[in-house]
Amino acid sequence: MPKDHGIGASPKRREDVRFLTGKGRYTDDIDIHGQAYVHFLRSDVAHGRIKAVDTSAAEAAEGVIRVFTGADFEGVGGIPCGWQVTDRHGEPMQEPAHPVLAQGKVRHVGDPIAAVVAETYEQARDAAEKIVLDIEELPAVVDMKAALKDGAPKVHDDLTSNLCFDWGFVEENKDAVAEAFDKAHHVTTLDLVNQRLVANPMEPRVALSDYAAHSDESTLYTTSQNPHVIRLLMGAFVLGIPEHKLRVVAPDVGGGFGSKIFHYAEEAFCTFAAKQLKRPVKWTSSRSEAFMSDAHGRDHVTTIQLALDEEGHFQALRTDTHANMGAYLSTFSTSVPTWLHGVLMAGNYKTPLIYVNVKAVFTNTVPVDAYRGAGRPEATYQLERVIDKAAREMGIDPVELRRRNFITEFPYATPVAVEYDTGDYNATLDKALEIADVAGFDARAKASADKGLWRGLGMNCYIEACGIAPSALVGQLGARAGLYESATVRVNATGGLVVMTGSHSHGQGHETSFPQVIADMIGIDENMVEIVHGDTARVPMGMGTYGSRSLAVGGSAMVRAAEKVIAKAKRIAAHLMEAAPEDVELKDGAFSVAGTDKSVAWGDVCLAAYVPHNYPLEELEPGLEETAFYDPANFTYPAGAYICEVEVDPETGKVRVDRFTAADDFGNVVNPMIVDGQVHGGLAQGIGQALLEACAYDENGQLVSASYMDYAMPRADDLPMFQVDHSCQTPCTHNPLGVKGCGEAGAIGSPPALVNAVIDAMQRNGRDVTHIDMPLSPARVWTAMQG
Amino acid sequence: MYDFELVKPSSVDEAVKALADEDAQALGGGQTLIPTMKQRLASPGRLVSTLGISGMDGVSAEGGVLTAGGAATHGAVEKGAAGSYPALAALAGNIGDPAVRNRGTIGGSLANNDPAACYPAALLASGGTVVTDKREIDADDYFQGMFTTALDEGELITAVKFTIPEAANYQKFEQPASRFALVGVFVARHAGGVRVAVTGASEDGVFRWTEAEEALGKDFSAAAVSGLSVPAEGMIGDLHGTPEYRAHLVKVMTGRAVAAAS
Amino acid sequence: MPKISMKVNGKTMSGEAEGRTLLAQFLREELDLTGTHIGCDTSQCGACVVHVDGVAVKSCTMFAAEAEGAEVTTIEGMANEDGSLSVIQQAFQDHHGLQCGFCTPGMVMSAAALLKDNPKPSEAEIRDYLEGNLCRCTGYHNIVKAIMAASGQDVGAIAAE
Repeated sequence: MPKDHGIGASPKRREDVRFLTGKGRYTDDIDIHGQAYVHFLRSDVAHGRIKAVDTSAAEAAEGVIRVFTGADFEGVGGIPCGWQVTDRHGEPMQEPAHPVLAQGKVRHVGDPIAAVVAETYEQARDAAEKIVLDIEELPAVVDMKAALKDGAPKVHDDLTSNLCFDWGFVEENKDAVAEAFDKAHHVTTLDLVNQRLVANPMEPRVALSDYAAHSDESTLYTTSQNPHVIRLLMGAFVLGIPEHKLRVVAPDVGGGFGSKIFHYAEEAFCTFAAKQLKRPVKWTSSRSEAFMSDAHGRDHVTTIQLALDEEGHFQALRTDTHANMGAYLSTFSTSVPTWLHGVLMAGNYKTPLIYVNVKAVFTNTVPVDAYRGAGRPEATYQLERVIDKAAREMGIDPVELRRRNFITEFPYATPVAVEYDTGDYNATLDKALEIADVAGFDARAKASADKGLWRGLGMNCYIEACGIAPSALVGQLGARAGLYESATVRVNATGGLVVMTGSHSHGQGHETSFPQVIADMIGIDENMVEIVHGDTARVPMGMGTYGSRSLAVGGSAMVRAAEKVIAKAKRIAAHLMEAAPEDVELKDGAFSVAGTDKSVAWGDVCLAAYVPHNYPLEELEPGLEETAFYDPANFTYPAGAYICEVEVDPETGKVRVDRFTAADDFGNVVNPMIVDGQVHGGLAQGIGQALLEACAYDENGQLVSASYMDYAMPRADDLPMFQVDHSCQTPCTHNPLGVKGCGEAGAIGSPPALVNAVIDAMQRNGRDVTHIDMPLSPARVWTAMQG
Repeated sequence: MYDFELVKPSSVDEAVKALADEDAQALGGGQTLIPTMKQRLASPGRLVSTLGISGMDGVSAEGGVLTAGGAATHGAVEKGAAGSYPALAALAGNIGDPAVRNRGTIGGSLANNDPAACYPAALLASGGTVVTDKREIDADDYFQGMFTTALDEGELITAVKFTIPEAANYQKFEQPASRFALVGVFVARHAGGVRVAVTGASEDGVFRWTEAEEALGKDFSAAAVSGLSVPAEGMIGDLHGTPEYRAHLVKVMTGRAVAAAS
Repeated sequence: MPKISMKVNGKTMSGEAEGRTLLAQFLREELDLTGTHIGCDTSQCGACVVHVDGVAVKSCTMFAAEAEGAEVTTIEGMANEDGSLSVIQQAFQDHHGLQCGFCTPGMVMSAAALLKDNPKPSEAEIRDYLEGNLCRCTGYHNIVKAIMAASGQDVGAIAAE
C-alpha cells in the first residue's frame, strides 16, 4: 500500500490551489505605486563599434523620465562570472568585462545599448525608436572553430584571442590515454554537435526594483531560482550595495530550468535606475526579447573516441570539445563544459583512462550557461552515442557491451576526480528492459512495417553528479562561492512550524514535499508545517535551486535544523517530565520517557518554550528556533537506464516517439508523485532537444530561431505517455535523507536513447547511417537517408 | 505596438468607407496581424474590424459551390463545410490551434496570403472566386506571390466561393515549430480535370503543379505521380528544410492526397 | 483614453483601454485579474487563453475593445460557486497536472473548452487539442491524464508512474 503521509507519500500539492484559481503571484503580477517602465534598446547587429548614441529626441518624448546608456555605468561594476577556470597550463581563463549597458562595442544581437524609462511601457518603447545610433558594423564570429583561427575578428579587443580557456582534464593522464589508444584493439570515433538550446520557461523574466529613500534600502523582485545569489552578485560585484541594504524577492516563478539562476543586466539596471530616479522601475521581457537576452544552453562541438579491447572492455576515452561561451561569461558558464561535464565522462563504466579537452570560445552570440542538466547531458550524449556506435562496429549487443563495462563495486573512484558513493546500474537496466517490453519489439516492428514505417529501439544509461555542493571541492575547482544550503526551523508557541529554506521552488513542489519530511521527524500533521522561500528578508541565507540540489542539500539543511530543534525540545520535555534528556523519545507528536507512562505533547513543549513558567532557564534559553547550514561531503550520483522506441516515416523522415521508458535510481524518494512529474518534464526537454529544438544563428550572427515560429517547442502531440520507474533505490550514503535528486535526470538521460533508436531504425532497414546531429528533424533524417 | 484607432462597422458599406483612409487596414481575427503589430512590423493608423459585419460570417453550400463569408472563422468553416466539402472542413480544422480557429478568419488569411498558409492551396485547387466589395476575382488570378494578392488598397474580401470537387484531399506536412505548412498539397478532382495546389514550398507562394494535374487527369492514382519530380529550384530553403527536401515532399504529399481522395 | 466595459466572470467591469490595449493586458492591468498570463508574443503558448462569449480565445491576440460588451470568463471564474475547485481544476491537482503553474490557467481554460465540445475525448484528441498550449514543466503526461480524468474516464490504466 502506498503511504498516505510523510516520507514516501504523495499528498496533493498545496501550492496547486492558488495556481489553479489564478491566485499565483508571479513577479509581473506585482505593481508598486508610482512605478515606471523600462524598455531596452538592443543591438540588431551581432558585432559593432558604438560611435554615437543620440538620446536627445527620446529624452524629449512623451512620458520619458530618463534615458540611460553605457556611459551612465562608467565606474559601476560589471556582471560577474562565478567560476574561474584554470587552463591546461595553469593560467586563469580570459575574463572580459560585461557592462550592464554596452560600452564601446555591441557583441551580440540583443546586447542592450540604451534603456528608456518612461511612465508607461508603450511610451518607453515608442521613445526608444527615437534614439539615433551610429554603430559601425564589424564582421561577426559565430562558428567556434573559425573564431579560433588567426586573424579572426575578436569579440573582445582587450583579450589576446577568442579563446576563453583551453582546459585539459586530467592533464596528467593525457600521455597514458594516448598510449592506450595506440595499443587498443578497436577505436570508435564520433563527431557530434550538442546543439544550442533556449531554456524557455513559460514565464518570461521580469525585474521590478523599488528604492526606499528613508532607509536607503533597495528591494528587487525578480524571476530567480536563487534570490540570495542575486543579492550577493548584484550587491557585491555590480552595484556596491551591502547585503543589509538590499532585499531580493523571487515570488512565484514560472519555471527556470537553469536560465533563471544567473544574474542578469536587467536586474542590475532596474535596481540602479530605481535608486537614481527614486521611483520603482519595472521590466517585463517579451518572449522575443527572451530569445536574445536569456542565457542559452549547450552548444558543444565534440569529437569523442573510445578505445576497446577484443572483448569490448573500455580501455580509454578521449574527447575534444569546443564549448561556446557566447559574447560574455554568464554566471556559471565556465563551470558547465568543465566541472559539470568532464567529471562525468566515466559514466557508469570502468574506463580506466580518460582525457577531456575543452576549448571555451567567445563568439558574437548570446551568452551560454547552464540549462537543465548543464554539462551532464553533453557528457552523457557523447558517451552513450559512442558506446552505441562501438557496439555496432564490434558486433556486440549494445546492452551487453554496457553491462560488460558497468561499475559494480562502490564506492568507486573514477579517473576523472569523483567518487561514486553507491549505485546499481544492472538493476535499473533490468527494470527498464522489463518495463519497455523489449521482448515485444519484433511484433511492434512488424506492425509498423505494415504501415510503411520503420521502427527502431535505442537505449542508454546515464549517471549524473547532483546536489551541486561540496564547498571545499568546488572552491578548489574555481567556484567563487560556497555551495552549501541553509534552513531555519521556527517553531511557534502553538506547535506549528515555519521552515525558511534557501532552496527556491519554481515548480518543484517544495511547499508540499519539505513538510512531509518535517512531519515524519516529529510525528505531526504536514499541514502544521509551512515553507517560506524566495525572500532574502525572510530566509537567512541560500544558494538556491539548480543541479537537482534542493532536497539533497536544502532538504538536508532543513533536517539538520529540525534535529537541533528536536534536541532542544527534548531537553524542555525532559524538564517538564522530570526525566533525563537522553531518556526522552519523540514519537507521533509526543515526548515520552522510556519505560514509564510519562508523556507530554509536542504542542505543550512548544508552548513551554515561549511561556517559560516551568522551564530550565538556567540551562536553556526560551524559544524554539534553529538554523543549520549543510555542506555535504560529496555530490550525489543518480543513475538509470532509458529506452526509446521510434517510428520513422521513410518517405518524409518524420520521427514519432512511440514509447519511452525511464528507470531511475534516485535513492530514497520523499514524494513519488512529484518525482514522476520531474522525470516527465525532463524527458520532454530531452526529447525536445533530440527531436525538435535548435537555436540557430546565421553566419552574420543574426538569430534565426527568434520566436516560437522557428524554435520548435515540444507540444502535447509530440510526446507519448511515459513509463517511468524509481523503484531501484540505492540511498545516498552521505546525506541524512539518502536522497540523490531527480530534477535533471530526464533531460540528461533521454537524448541518446532517442538518437540511438533512430539510428537503429536506419540500420535495420539497410541504411548505413551511423550518426545524425540533433535535432532529428524530418529534413535532417530524410537527408541522412539519402546517403 | 503603435497605437491606432479601432473601428467596428456593422455593414460592408461602413467598412469600405472606413478602409478608404490611406492608413487603414482590415482586421479579421488578427491572429497574424496582431503578432506582426507587436513586433512593430505593421503600423496601421486605423483597424477596421470585419467580425461584427452582419452577414459576413456564414458558411453555406448550394449548387456545387461553397460560400464562406469573409469574416467566417476557421472554426466556422470547419463546421459549416463538414457536410458539403469535408476536405475543406478538415483543412480548416487543422489551421493553428482551437483558440486561433475561433478568431482567425478565411478573409484575413487569404488577404495576407502567407506562403505557408493552408487556405490558398484550397482555393487554388478548388477553383472559385474571391468576392470583394467591388468584384469577383478568379482564384487563378488572385494569388500573385508571397504576401501579394490582386486586392487593391482598401478592397475588402466579403466572401470566398469554392467550387466543390468530386473528390479532394489536403495533406499538410507541418513545420515543426510554427505548425504552418512546410509543404501542403491540396488535390481536387473536378469533372473538368484535376487541380493540384501547393503551399509552403515555393518562394513564389502557392502554385499549381500542372504536371501532376495532367498525369492525374489521365489516371487519378498515387502511382500516376510517383514517376514525376518537382524541381528544387525556386523552392524555399530554411532552418526546417532545404529546397530539395521541400520538392521531395511536394511529390510525397501529392501522392498521399490522391490516395486519400480516391 | 476610452473606457470599455465587459462582463467578466459574471460581473460587469470597466476600465480604460487604448486601441492597442490587448484583452490580456486589460484583464491583468485594468481589472487586476492576473491569473491570465502572457508567455509569448506570437500567439502560440496559450497561457493567456480565456473564454469570450463561450469560446476559447488567446487574449493576447485580441484587442480589449473587441471584447466590449462580451461575456468573458477567466481562470478566476472557474472555481465552483462555493470557492471549491471545479472538476477540471480538481483533476489537475489530483493528477499533478501542473508544476510551476504559469501555463496552468490557459491549460484549464482550454481543457474546459474541449470538454464542452467533446465530453469524452481520447488521449490523441486531447493532445491534438492542446496544440496551442505550451507547458515546459510536465511533459504533458499528467495534463493529458488530468483532462481524461476530468471527463470521467478511468485513468488507472495509464502508466501512473
